[in-house]
Amino acid sequence: MALFDLRLQDVHNKLNNKELSVSELVSASYARIAETEPSIKAFITLNEENARQQAAELDKQLQEGGERGLLFGLPAGIKDNIVTEGLLTTCASQFLSNYDPIYDATAVRKLKAAQSVTIGKLNMDEFAMGGSNENSSYYPARNPWNTEYVPGGSSGGSAASVAAGQVYFSLGSDTGGSIRQPAAYCGIVGLKPTYGLVSRFGLVAFASSLDQIGPLTKNVEDSAYVLQAIAGYDASDSTSANVDIPDYTSALTGDVKGLRIGVPKEYLGAGIDPRVKEAVLKALAVYESLGAAWEEVSLPHTEYAIATYYLLASSEASSNLARFDGVRYGVRAEDPANLIDLYRKSRSQGFGPEVKRRIMLGTYALSSGYYDAYYLKAQKVRTLIKQDFDQVFSQYDLIIGPTAPTPAFKIGEQVGDPLTMYLNDICTIPVSLAGVPAISIPCGTADGLPIGLQIIGKAFDELTVLRAAHAFEQQTGHHKLRPRL
Amino acid sequence: MEMSYRTFREEDTTMSITSKDVEHVANLARLELSDSEKEQFTEQLNAILKYAEKLNGLDTEAVEPTSHVLPITNVMRADEQRQSLPIEKVLRNAPDDEDGQFKVPAVLE
Amino acid sequence: MSEPNKYETVVGLEVHVELHTKSKIFCSCSTAFGAPPNTHTCPVCLGHPGVLPVLNRQAVEYAMKAAMAINCQIADISKFDRKNYFYPDSPKAYQISQYDQPIGENGWIDIEVNGETKRIGITRLHLEEDAGKLTHVEGGYASLVDFNRVGTPLIEIVSEPDIRTPEEAKAYLEKLKAIMQYCDVSDVKMEEGSLRCDANISLRPYGQREFGTRAELKNMNSFRGVQRGLEYEQFRQAEILNSGGEVVQETRRFDDALGKSFSMRGKEEAHDYRYFPDPDLVRLHISEDWKASVHASIPELPDARKARYTTEYSLPSYDAEVITSSKKLADFFEESLSYTKDAKAVSNWIMGDLLGYLNANGQELTDVKITGQGLGEMIGLLEKGTISGKIAKTVFKAMIETGKLPQQIVEEQGLVQISDEGAIQAVVNQIVEANPQSVEDYRAGKEKAIGFLVGQIMKETKGKANPALVNKLLLERLK
Repeated sequence: MALFDLRLQDVHNKLNNKELSVSELVSASYARIAETEPSIKAFITLNEENARQQAAELDKQLQEGGERGLLFGLPAGIKDNIVTEGLLTTCASQFLSNYDPIYDATAVRKLKAAQSVTIGKLNMDEFAMGGSNENSSYYPARNPWNTEYVPGGSSGGSAASVAAGQVYFSLGSDTGGSIRQPAAYCGIVGLKPTYGLVSRFGLVAFASSLDQIGPLTKNVEDSAYVLQAIAGYDASDSTSANVDIPDYTSALTGDVKGLRIGVPKEYLGAGIDPRVKEAVLKALAVYESLGAAWEEVSLPHTEYAIATYYLLASSEASSNLARFDGVRYGVRAEDPANLIDLYRKSRSQGFGPEVKRRIMLGTYALSSGYYDAYYLKAQKVRTLIKQDFDQVFSQYDLIIGPTAPTPAFKIGEQVGDPLTMYLNDICTIPVSLAGVPAISIPCGTADGLPIGLQIIGKAFDELTVLRAAHAFEQQTGHHKLRPRL
Repeated sequence: MEMSYRTFREEDTTMSITSKDVEHVANLARLELSDSEKEQFTEQLNAILKYAEKLNGLDTEAVEPTSHVLPITNVMRADEQRQSLPIEKVLRNAPDDEDGQFKVPAVLE
Repeated sequence: MSEPNKYETVVGLEVHVELHTKSKIFCSCSTAFGAPPNTHTCPVCLGHPGVLPVLNRQAVEYAMKAAMAINCQIADISKFDRKNYFYPDSPKAYQISQYDQPIGENGWIDIEVNGETKRIGITRLHLEEDAGKLTHVEGGYASLVDFNRVGTPLIEIVSEPDIRTPEEAKAYLEKLKAIMQYCDVSDVKMEEGSLRCDANISLRPYGQREFGTRAELKNMNSFRGVQRGLEYEQFRQAEILNSGGEVVQETRRFDDALGKSFSMRGKEEAHDYRYFPDPDLVRLHISEDWKASVHASIPELPDARKARYTTEYSLPSYDAEVITSSKKLADFFEESLSYTKDAKAVSNWIMGDLLGYLNANGQELTDVKITGQGLGEMIGLLEKGTISGKIAKTVFKAMIETGKLPQQIVEEQGLVQISDEGAIQAVVNQIVEANPQSVEDYRAGKEKAIGFLVGQIMKETKGKANPALVNKLLLERLK
């Protein structure tokens, strides 16, 4: 069994029994990266020197005894839009290719407190805009199950590195499906927490009203541990929820008896790959066998979700990305004729096509005369979409469906066709708009490519989401499948 | 819902955004677009906005907009002053600086 | 400058006031003025990737307090919006401001011009963050950016177009400044930029209802500058209209040294700020309880004090207006009254000697050391006859310079009035004997000669002789 396939408790037991050291864990990580990275391209920046030094310090701490962090010694990858002081944070953009952050994101501070070891910064679609990783301005990450295929996005590097066994876990960010969809494509577990559960402070904003940081892991148990480490109120984030954080591992009981599950007919209608539909129906049968009950339900405004999302997210992005002007940080264009030229050239040279497209869309949608028709309208439709979820959750504990309508697609297959690409997010975007938590777990494969099952819960009810995900995992072996690399 | 989402592009025939609009928006966003980018964005933004028109089919007259999914209000901090950053950190990423300040081409010409 | 008497001037003012919180509006950096460049900055106010704003409660409460003091209705629900524009002094390339749900709306203040009271409407008061500071170097080819000021809380107060003359504009600003000072929400120092003013001005023929085309006037650095800028602008617009031309709607910069305004056309582009609610901040729900607790913190405002001074102390309206126009002056006045009952005398000393001194030296009350206690006690010494009016002038000047109390000054400098009849009689005798010519002149009917003799006596006593006694004894002696 590979080192990173050990359960967290087993890793910690081995560390306690001196059968294993943190340095060995970190070495294993870099060895696996050396071996697989040429074909996976999951990382943008490695933190090897610091990580090895930190491992040595943690090993010293092991010798000395004393209290240890929840994620002690575990090699972690961090999506490159989460700010790490002193470690380049590029957002996979040329504009930030030299950005050396002067502070740590709250999630990073929390990982430090939990004593995981940061292995490096993970590849992504530029500024988290995309669902395939092809919008990375460096190189696309690839799907470990078949390197001709995309790993999904935007947290493609986060998913690929976990699936390829390069790190024990990773952090990603999800705005419209950016954790769940790559987790589905790469056959791992990806959790998007309730909006407000994990601080956004230090997450480079794409769409502020939607962005959430979450864990990508090989199994649900690890997901619960990592969530435990990063969740919680943060006074630096005005949209952080001041709620009590439960013990998430307490949810891992295997018991789903009596759970009421709603299955939206909109998520299994025309356009869904029949193999995905079949895998989802099989999963529902597993829940039935465990004593849960499912029924078809409707989220009637689903068809409006993508348009709503692209208007809201692009509008917010157009403003969020305005700070990349070449004055205080980032790559400034050479020899600008004047100030406006400096702005135009720095931004045009620094941003890739998808980023420009969304800035253009958002700027247009907010511009004089169009605000009511686009942004305000989309905010109102968002209310209707959220009400769909409220309605279903008044009668059901969970909503279950596919994470994505298809398995991963081939690299290059959808480039140049932004709308088709956007439509891959049909099952994840409404959840983001409603702000509720959802997890993607592996539930089968099609032609050797993983399929993801999406389990959606009520706001701040991560416990039930994790409980259902864990119960399914215990009954099936999908999460144990590993890509051959 | 009928998932007809892979066919919508064919419906798109009218052009509501002109390349002039695209230029204006690019100027607002401080982006410099090549002619081919202008052409491409004009086409793609039209397709996306055409698709977004489906929202007009919904009556939202009596619907409140959602800007936050969480019902949080009045998040404030106390007026306490804390240590600012050392100047080395402030300027660490500066593309150009002088006398502890960020340097840019003239604002007034 | 000719008076544009064919036209009525219409002015609306936009005033920015920096709130004197300890920390910035959205981060914990200091708001202190005058620190070395960029030393009051952090990732948040520098607009680094990933940072988020957290609202300063004190800034909200100061804004509410200011809004209440200018009689605005306070919003039940208020929110913050992003105003998007690129400029090097704006680190996020958007300013967090308030668009359609400001803290306060529909207020007013009363101003007094030429003895008449006029009410000026306030459209709105909203809260926003200040920008950084640009310095031009290399002969204007480059600019340096200092972000210390960025994020200082500002309120913007927009008046209705109710102002009709440059004098009214000045009176409005003075009243606004006084109110902000009374509320203790700002230092309101125009020279430090903690109060800034832009003006919209247009002309229309008397009797016309519609407004004329307006110009926006910027860069006025003092109240006097605002008045001069508006005077110039109404002259300029009248000339255009008189010659059959049309006023262009534009932004103009006032050059105080030249006394002229210049078009900023070309420097400005068509603005489209793309306001939208800031998703990083949440709504403010301003409850009645919260409003009430802020309201309770508002002190007696200038108008109320003025009314009290005219009724309670029978001060002339003009004197009361001048004294209450500055909170510090009014507080000084009231402090004096703890040491003397003679309000009229206090008022006279303030209106005459104190303001005369300050104006002559271009100083403010806080620049000099005299205290209300000092003035009150000095008036007491005058009443008791311990010092003469002449000595009082010396004592007053010493108080301004040293801040010492009058008793101490009098003792240190030996300024106690000589009221001992015997001592004065001796001097009178001495002077009368030494000046037989003057005595003769007086007796011959030249009344003026007595002035010379009094002068000699005062000189001999170093001004300390009780003047009434001197007069009495001298006249007796000359009989």
